[in-house]
Amino acid sequence: MDTKDLGFDTINLGHGSGGLMTRDLLDKIIFKTFNNPFINQKHDGAIVKFDGEIAISTDSFVISPIFFKGGNIGEIAVNGTVNDVAMCGAIPKYLSLAFIVEEGLKIDEFIEIVKSVKSAADKSGVKIITGDTKVVERGKGDKIFINTTGLGQVHPKANISTENIKVGDKIIVSGYIAQHGMAIMSQREGLEFESTIVSDTTNVNFLVNDLLDAFGDKIHLFRDPTRGGLASVLSEIASDINRGITITENDLPLEKQVAAACEILGLDPLYVANEGVFITIVEADIADAVVKLMQNDEKGINSTCVGEVTNEHPAKVVMTSSIGGKRIVSPLIGEQLPRIC
Amino acid sequence: MKYLSEYRNLEATKSYLKLIENTITKPWKIMEVCGGQTHGLVKNGIINLLPDKVQMIHGPGCPVCVTPLNLIDKAIELLENDVIVCSFGDMIRVPGSKKSLLETKANGGDLRILYSPLEAVKIAKENPDKEVVFFAVGFETTAPANALSVLHAQKEGVKNYSILVSHVLVPPAMEAILDDKFSNIDAFLGAGHVCAIMGYKEYHPLSEKYKIPIVITGFEPLDLVQGIYMAVHQLEKGIYKVENQYARVVKEEGNKAAIDVIHKVFEIGNREWRGIGEIPNSGYKLTKEFMDFDAELKFGISNIHVPENATCIAGEILKGIKKPHECSEFGKTCTPSNPLGAPMVSSEGACAAYYHFSETTF
Repeated sequence: MDTKDLGFDTINLGHGSGGLMTRDLLDKIIFKTFNNPFINQKHDGAIVKFDGEIAISTDSFVISPIFFKGGNIGEIAVNGTVNDVAMCGAIPKYLSLAFIVEEGLKIDEFIEIVKSVKSAADKSGVKIITGDTKVVERGKGDKIFINTTGLGQVHPKANISTENIKVGDKIIVSGYIAQHGMAIMSQREGLEFESTIVSDTTNVNFLVNDLLDAFGDKIHLFRDPTRGGLASVLSEIASDINRGITITENDLPLEKQVAAACEILGLDPLYVANEGVFITIVEADIADAVVKLMQNDEKGINSTCVGEVTNEHPAKVVMTSSIGGKRIVSPLIGEQLPRIC
Repeated sequence: MKYLSEYRNLEATKSYLKLIENTITKPWKIMEVCGGQTHGLVKNGIINLLPDKVQMIHGPGCPVCVTPLNLIDKAIELLENDVIVCSFGDMIRVPGSKKSLLETKANGGDLRILYSPLEAVKIAKENPDKEVVFFAVGFETTAPANALSVLHAQKEGVKNYSILVSHVLVPPAMEAILDDKFSNIDAFLGAGHVCAIMGYKEYHPLSEKYKIPIVITGFEPLDLVQGIYMAVHQLEKGIYKVENQYARVVKEEGNKAAIDVIHKVFEIGNREWRGIGEIPNSGYKLTKEFMDFDAELKFGISNIHVPENATCIAGEILKGIKKPHECSEFGKTCTPSNPLGAPMVSSEGACAAYYHFSETTF
């Protein structure tokens, strides 16, 4: 796609009018990129077939900056929803894609984002089947917002529910935590610092599928600790099941550079956002096998068992610190704020 | 990670805990001055690993917590009047008399969260038609950077930059606590980062006058248990002096370059401490030469005065007279998402430490 042939180099209000300019944008960029039998109908919606149970998840993406080390908003918009569908124990199949663009966005940037959406969708085996594009006045958005809704087929062996979790179940984290949040933080205006930390954004649906194939209903829960980090997700689960969760600080998968960046900024990696990481809660007798399977997959190479479900301290997460002390791990309240000194 | 994993070592920490256990014969109350130390103690579960005879009392060293309400209201006043207000992140959620800086931002105020005040000077240069104010909060630790921003602005002729000063000093606060008839502290863990800047010469007279051990201490688990051991050791031997546990960072004379920068821009003056009240000669104000950079004078906001929330016992918490969970509002009407006072908000506040990490909330 050569931007010279488009006849425009920025998105303007006309592109969201629903008229010829909108059609032009869709024809030249959207339909051309996604090119599949569903979207080629150029209809307001799409009709798809499913056998059995369907999992559905929706998410809006408002990340700033829109381009960051390790990815961009387009990639996150696909992987985020794909992973959310996978966390239901389902195989993601279709995605809707809706843009809210702030007028003035460079068309090159828009195209790069659309291309990333396409490439991320291909990698996770999902099709973009319907969508929407709106343009808002300058100052009323932050370059571009994306909403995606994902549909997936529930895995025949899956029985994912917090109700299945029992005392003794093991908690496994699929990879290094806090990578995404720190990658974004390192590029945020006013906080820039030199680092080679890249976002961990990726799709984990195939690994989830493999786990369900191998272990079926012995897997009790999947959850992706995106915003709010590992601490918030574990606290939510503990509170939902009214059981305690214990974790061990020394077992948390944390890359050195990320640990150092968190230390300097005064942030707790337990509360920093992740994108390509998930946790799974499984029956104790399969925990080792689960970790082994995950470690053999590129997406789970740094998997570790970090803790377990316990009868003690119901609804609370307690962490054993590196020096053997104990502390509560409470959910994130607002945004984590850099401290003074 | 160099100097981190070493100071979070299980065996080394255990051996100091054992030493404390073997040394102690009587109950002692030790105050860690700095909020960073409080969090280190609670977050690593150290408080519960210590022998019962050691009682840790949490000190006033949380810069956000001691920033008076009227200064937050002043920053909000500026933010509501088209001034770009720059602040360290900690400060923005602390409630003023009616709202916080964060809420004011949501209503359209241009609030920027920064790590360095020098960034604020840059923002001022980039926005010549706007006024830019940095909310210069903190103890001696942040004073050099804040002073440097003023020197920088002066050198580059940046006229639309000023600072809202709320700088407080640690030694006068320690003295105020020792003079308070309700607090009975046996020893202090001195604030490591403050001493990295200022050194610890000024603590000798304090230790002499009140016959109290002061151990300048770091923030990692091993620092803390070693500092506590050194304090207990002095107490049990019946001696009192200033010792430096944090020698890898702190020198007796401090950081001369940083002190010089402070003295160029600031002079010592009286300061109001939130929850404690006015303490003579307990803070910094800009010297005459730099009065043009004083946001209070520049915008005529010196007269904003507001009363404190009557139910919040932040003063007693900051002086170590009460522990957070001894407050009747703790975890009930006062939580991090709906705080009555600053110690529940700040990442260095004792109430927040207890709320987030402490076993008292198990």
